[in-house]
Amino acid sequence: MHEPSSNWTKDHAASIKRVLGLWFVTLYTIVYAGFVVINVVSPSFMAVDVGSLNVAIVYGFLLIIFAIFLAAIYNHICTHAEEVMTTLRSGDETEALKEGRS
Amino acid sequence: MNYAVSPWAIAIFCTFVVAVLAISYHFARSAKSASGFYTAGGNIHWSVNGIAFAGDYLSAASFLGICGMIAFSGYDGFLYSVGYLAGWVVAMFVVAEPIKRLGKYTFTDALNAKFNSRGIQLAAAISTLLVSIFYLIPQMVGAGSLVTPLLGLPHEFGVIMVGTLVIIIVATAGMASTTYVQFLKGGLLLIFSLVLVFLVMSRGVSTKPDQGGDVPFRDFQTVKAASWDGQTVVLADSGYSVAGVFPENLGKLVFVKLVKNGQSSFWKLNPAEMLLEETQTVAVRPDGSKLYNGETKDKGKFYQVGHMSRIVKNGQEVQKSGTTDFFSFIKTIKDGTVVRWLKFAGLKDGDDKVTVYYQQPIEGKELLKPGVKFKVDSARGATTANKIDFISLMIALFFGTAALPHVLIRYYTVPNPASARKSTIVAIAAIGLFYLLTLYMGLGAMVNGVLDLTNDNMSAPLLAKSFGVTVFAIISALAFATVLGTVSGLIIASSGAVAHDLADKFFKVKMDEKRKVLWGKLSAVGVGIIAMVLGILFKGMNVSYLVGWAFAVAASANLPTIAMILFWPKTTSRGVLASILVGLGSALGMILLSQETFNEVYHIPHVKSLIPFNNPAIVSVPLSFLTLVIVSLLTQRQEAALQARNAEQLKKA
Repeated sequence: MHEPSSNWTKDHAASIKRVLGLWFVTLYTIVYAGFVVINVVSPSFMAVDVGSLNVAIVYGFLLIIFAIFLAAIYNHICTHAEEVMTTLRSGDETEALKEGRS
Repeated sequence: MNYAVSPWAIAIFCTFVVAVLAISYHFARSAKSASGFYTAGGNIHWSVNGIAFAGDYLSAASFLGICGMIAFSGYDGFLYSVGYLAGWVVAMFVVAEPIKRLGKYTFTDALNAKFNSRGIQLAAAISTLLVSIFYLIPQMVGAGSLVTPLLGLPHEFGVIMVGTLVIIIVATAGMASTTYVQFLKGGLLLIFSLVLVFLVMSRGVSTKPDQGGDVPFRDFQTVKAASWDGQTVVLADSGYSVAGVFPENLGKLVFVKLVKNGQSSFWKLNPAEMLLEETQTVAVRPDGSKLYNGETKDKGKFYQVGHMSRIVKNGQEVQKSGTTDFFSFIKTIKDGTVVRWLKFAGLKDGDDKVTVYYQQPIEGKELLKPGVKFKVDSARGATTANKIDFISLMIALFFGTAALPHVLIRYYTVPNPASARKSTIVAIAAIGLFYLLTLYMGLGAMVNGVLDLTNDNMSAPLLAKSFGVTVFAIISALAFATVLGTVSGLIIASSGAVAHDLADKFFKVKMDEKRKVLWGKLSAVGVGIIAMVLGILFKGMNVSYLVGWAFAVAASANLPTIAMILFWPKTTSRGVLASILVGLGSALGMILLSQETFNEVYHIPHVKSLIPFNNPAIVSVPLSFLTLVIVSLLTQRQEAALQARNAEQLKKA
């Protein structure tokens, strides 16, 4: 078996992050698939004007910006979850330690 | 076109090379252990790693290839930008943290962490090597073609120079120097791409672009035809005489060779308006020499092109748009008419083989929707197979990024999984910003009279040149650095596959830390030399599809295994092995039997391929997933026994 590249503590927020990651990737996949499907099913729809731009450019730009936006939200939630879970665990451990001493 | 070498460009380029060598020298001490060599000791800050990700990922295909594709085909080139960026979402939400948690030095480590299978070790290492080499070839060929305009040196010199520099970067300090070279390149590329886009906006668009007054606009001529009966042309202008008529493409295109004052030239017949339109030509003579518009290259008679023939502003036709912004720049192109240049290769004029470039005006709104390059529009004759091909390409781009070995190994350079996640966000933001800019750089090149019809990859550097030699020198040096950064990452990934995955883990060669580093360095030198040889052998070949191969193979062989190991507890070692082999085999098999490979690699375009599309991902990715599920379900009992045996051995050890 391989040892990890560095030593780090157990990730108590792993399951939350995994579920969140799956939801986000599914959401993005749907939006991306919509983009690909419209490109092949109705390319003329992509030429419809949206202000100074058109659907093709707006949708393409939104896919890029949406990825950045989702990534930022994901990181925010994950960081928060890590902090909360670590605090809870350390609280539990302190409690257990106290009970052991008494 | 003829590229004049600028001493300023050479000076900036040399400064960059010296900086790269200084970085390698500075970090040389950090590569004394295997961890230092392969992962920079896992001590890189996530923000540095994020920009280095961008430096690693924004290869020649991204910078030169996409900008060139947009400049020549409009919106369709931008689809690559969207696909390449979207792949990072999979990397962020699925792969980043678990890969960091599971692995040590290479992607194979992570894949095999749970199973300790020699079969997986071998198959994953081979997959890593194949993907890396497919990716390396276009980078090396790109290096060769960049060096000619930048330094006036032959292709082979460029390839050898990049190869040597990369070997120095990797062999002296491994991942540490590679990371900082990529960081430097990624950061500078973003900054100067932004500068270039702002320059494009402030210049605006003109119907007669003259590169800021430096290069007079070339107004291509027309000659009136008095009659055309399907075989012979009679001219209204007596100054010219007809020397030949060349109906091509079953008569859909008719080229006419005219002679005036002893000078011959080719013109395209426009039968609707009874006009002959001036073209540009490259003729290859029997002795291999080339004539550009009938002259040798140094005469400078082959012109840069690309302009709008109609600009509409506030409902009025105008000659110049004036300064634009992110919205009005696109609107100006969308509401106007752009003159595209199309290519017809294979006209035979006596013993000469002539490639003709001719004008085709197109409405801006047509250019800014899909269907100019990719056959996705039924109205333009796209078939179901064409559409499947496009979907397949977009699948490969989406699933390929998160499975590219040189991307994955960058997760091992940060201290912990949270840093891996954060560095991916920086990467997505930096890469996303760059890809937004590609649309403006590509369209800017399209309408600024800078395009070299013989080399679409030079569109972005030539756009920079229209703003002065300093901007050109910086952008060209960065383009060269783009190759350098990506090749360094690929060589580290390949060296890890050879020295760590194969020699150390598979063949169990006994080695201490020092020998591990030595093996890594020697492997880097070996792979570097192979890359140089391939870069020279593939010279002049259309190799852009090799990047597509790399994505398709990575998406088929690597991603299903990574995803299933992480999310499906019933995954077995035999399932993983079968999935890699089936993904690799099916993707490669379909690529090697595709029509594009018949045309471009085997040069047998007359042979009809049985595979209806060129991009295999739509078949090979699901097939790889399916194989993993079926084989894993069939081998549950054996896996339990295998795991028990492994646990037993571990206890004894």
